[in-house]
Amino acid sequence: MKSDMLDTLSITKIQQAAKGIRRRVLEYVIKNNGGYLSQACSSAEILASLYLEIMNLGNVELPIMPPAFSGVPSQNNPDYLTGAMFNGQKAPHLDRFFLSPSQYSLVLYAALIETGRMAAEGLEQFNKDGSTVEMIGAEHSPGMEIMSGSLGQGLSQAAGIAYARRLKGETGRTWVFMSDGEFQIGQTWEAMQTMGFYKMDNVGIYVDVNGYQCDGSTASVMSIEPLDKRLESFGARVFKVNGHDIDELIAPSKLQSDGRPLVVLCYTNPYQGIEILKEYAPKFHYIRFKTEAERQKLSAFLNEAHGNTF
Amino acid sequence: MRPMEILSKLHAKNLVQWAIDKPDVLVLSADLTSSTEIDLFRDAYPDRFISFGVAEQNMMSFAGGLAREGFFPFVHTFAVFIYRRAYDQIAMSISYPNLPVRMFGFLPGVTTPGGATHQAIEDISIMRSLPNMTILECGDATDVETVLDAAHSVNGPVYIRMLRGEIPRLFDKSEPMIFGKARLLSRGSDITILSSGICTEEAMRAVEALKKKGISFTHLHISTLKPFDDNAMLEALSANKYGVITMENHTIIGGLGTIAAEKMAEIGISNKLFRIGIKDAYLHGAGREYLMKEYEIDASALIRRVEDITDSRFNITEDDLKKAHHITPMHSDAKAEAL
Repeated sequence: MKSDMLDTLSITKIQQAAKGIRRRVLEYVIKNNGGYLSQACSSAEILASLYLEIMNLGNVELPIMPPAFSGVPSQNNPDYLTGAMFNGQKAPHLDRFFLSPSQYSLVLYAALIETGRMAAEGLEQFNKDGSTVEMIGAEHSPGMEIMSGSLGQGLSQAAGIAYARRLKGETGRTWVFMSDGEFQIGQTWEAMQTMGFYKMDNVGIYVDVNGYQCDGSTASVMSIEPLDKRLESFGARVFKVNGHDIDELIAPSKLQSDGRPLVVLCYTNPYQGIEILKEYAPKFHYIRFKTEAERQKLSAFLNEAHGNTF
Repeated sequence: MRPMEILSKLHAKNLVQWAIDKPDVLVLSADLTSSTEIDLFRDAYPDRFISFGVAEQNMMSFAGGLAREGFFPFVHTFAVFIYRRAYDQIAMSISYPNLPVRMFGFLPGVTTPGGATHQAIEDISIMRSLPNMTILECGDATDVETVLDAAHSVNGPVYIRMLRGEIPRLFDKSEPMIFGKARLLSRGSDITILSSGICTEEAMRAVEALKKKGISFTHLHISTLKPFDDNAMLEALSANKYGVITMENHTIIGGLGTIAAEKMAEIGISNKLFRIGIKDAYLHGAGREYLMKEYEIDASALIRRVEDITDSRFNITEDDLKKAHHITPMHSDAKAEAL
């Protein structure tokens, strides 16, 4: 399925943002000797498409500099921060975005920078003490507003928010980014069952099906296929797309609702755009350099592909 | 003395009345709608009732989402399926963000013959260790009627140890449960008793008989277990001759006994503390009266403890004790199933 609504200029813009996401995450990983790099490879086009074309979020006037951490929520700290401001103001007609696997935080931060929502210098605070730009982001981290680092809880929380918005008569949609590993979790299926039962067509889910998880390939750890059929039987409207093809990614989001929650299974490559990562197979979950030579190799790639940015 | 008033399906009727002018209150159910007395709410306000089926983990995180959008989810299920089944979800989707979700946990301790899978014996212990969590427990009909206001006054999550079916009225209808305040049931100088939940009725029976033997008690009914800082109660912990007795339908590890111990140690009260409760053991499927006797959390157990503490023998028999309220038989119109 192709979208005929998108002009070449928009596609180029999304492709450039996706390239920028990979570059920023790669830079970070080289600088820090490791990180969640393959997630950037697999999901760069998904997040760039969501932010630049699919979601109707509130605007952010100027890129926001992430504020310092100001404490966890409690009765004594009612003004604790939320990272939702990076996704613009909330309004009944506007969309909302929820990142479910917080392990993708670095990729999300890079996406926020590439889409003009977060100041580029903000990434220098990544994983630093007293910063909100955390490694496994929390609800005070840029672009986030729920606690989703414990996998499987993000979808249920987003579903609760979407149900509440429907009760209030809000027309904006609720978008959730998920990882394929989360479909091994019982709670995910409880949430799908509920969304199907209550015909929550105000929810749209983009899944990065990169086929890899902490222990190795999903097929070897615990198979989730046939994922489309499983989801359909739970009452979802499912599309399988090439997760690196902008047109394919966007098309399902433009369709008229048929009353079912939308799930777009984005089949992706965990070393897309950084082909030399292939040698890390099947351990893509967290790239860590064992030798300086490994680091140099990726550094040379960065120079060649993106120009030295240090 | 007039006979004890016994009320049936109190919460079911009360919740409908209470919620009439509160459109932001939603009730969430996990396939125990009649069993947790929310069937009348479902029928009265179908748009504010959400059925989840047997799927508590999703229900808890979903409740967090509803609360973030300004609603007040009133989650109802058996207590074990709240804190045991969905602990991570409560911690991260509800408690961390300090969201006003009210969790009604039914079947505390010996109140069900449903066996170890259904008997909540360590819920207070588990839930009180969560930052931001408030814990309330009901001991009679007046508590059940008025816990809604007490819980709803809290800006944050609340776990409520709830009663259902036929419930005695121990406290005057005009004296509601007040958040953070213990109920003073007797005043005396020999022993201070802190009791909670259904153990308060047992303690009242024992105190009445023991008073006739010349022992005086300060007896407090504790309905707010967290926070635990009522000044009148804290004073009562030190103002006694023999020490403090706690009495609870919960394991002595992490419940009222532990809470009192921590407080006494912190304040520097060097009085003895005697903990009556479930002594680090699981229960099993049997009737309430039988279990209270077996696990020594009934009026007789308290009398024996007072005899030990005061080094006396009072020769009080079961017949000397005021009858406990009629306990609902296994099959009754007052509850949906035999549990």
